[in-house]
Amino acid sequence: MHTSPPATVEGEAHENPALLHHFATEEQQKNAASLGMWLFLITEIMFFGGMFCAYLVYRYAYFGDFAAASSSLDLKLGTINTIVLIGSSLTVAMAIRCAQVGKQKAIVGYLVLTIILGVAFLGIKAIEYKQKFDEHHVPGLANFHLEGHVPRHADVPVNQNHAQIYFSLYFAMTGMHALHMIIGVGLFAYLTYKAYKGRYGPGYYTPLENGGLYWHFVDIVWIYLFPLLYLIDRHP
Amino acid sequence: MSEHISSVKLYVGIWLALMAGTILTVVVAGIDLGPLNPVMALAIATTKAVLVVLFFMHVKYAHEKLTKLVIVTAIFFFLILLALTMADYTTRLWT
Repeated sequence: MHTSPPATVEGEAHENPALLHHFATEEQQKNAASLGMWLFLITEIMFFGGMFCAYLVYRYAYFGDFAAASSSLDLKLGTINTIVLIGSSLTVAMAIRCAQVGKQKAIVGYLVLTIILGVAFLGIKAIEYKQKFDEHHVPGLANFHLEGHVPRHADVPVNQNHAQIYFSLYFAMTGMHALHMIIGVGLFAYLTYKAYKGRYGPGYYTPLENGGLYWHFVDIVWIYLFPLLYLIDRHP
Repeated sequence: MSEHISSVKLYVGIWLALMAGTILTVVVAGIDLGPLNPVMALAIATTKAVLVVLFFMHVKYAHEKLTKLVIVTAIFFFLILLALTMADYTTRLWT
């Protein structure tokens, strides 16, 4: 699609071969692509929004059990993962900047770094999931059991059914987020290949920009998931 | 093309702010603020999200007003989803 010959309108030759014939200017083409990407991200907001809404309803109804279940998560790994993901957002932003200023080799470097950080995030997430299986905190399994009591109410044991709802939401939300990360890593592998081929530079980097929008969106989802899932009730 | 190019300094600054926000949200969660705990957590998360949207996603420099309109509309409808759902669940006095 991008290899189509330069479009000519009324004998006027465009300098940029990336400009498709149905757009008047490069800027118009870029704005159209960006708006399309944002519309996609909005459907994603509503997709994750449904789960956030379910979370809100159940957290309101079963706060004590949610608080107890939340504190059973590994806060250290969760914090490290947040830092890893924020770092990957910086490398994405830097990769796009390198395209804007024409540093072709640096684009590839930053994209590879992004992929490494993305895979690191998924690795740490896998360790956390393994822990949940070992601790019998996986909802739906016959051996599900969350020890303990509702915070500051030593006489109220955790309601196992309510705790299972928390972990259902935990696995659904972090699982869908992880799936988005896996897709993102695949997407960035493709972008890295194209960047390596010298496809992106100051004149054309729209796929890089839109891939970046996707990556940052997935980062924002985690920015909300982290406090909502890990930090419900961490104070004594 | 009249594309805005942010400085490396700005990107690193935003990154540092996001890191500080992450540490802050963990520290604040360890302090008992009563009903303000979730408010603080969401305020910090939203501040971080706004920084990402404006600077990393370049919305601050977007020429196209339509993009901004689309984003605001999406947030508005998401808040309607939450508000009307909770208006129901928080007022079911018969359950």
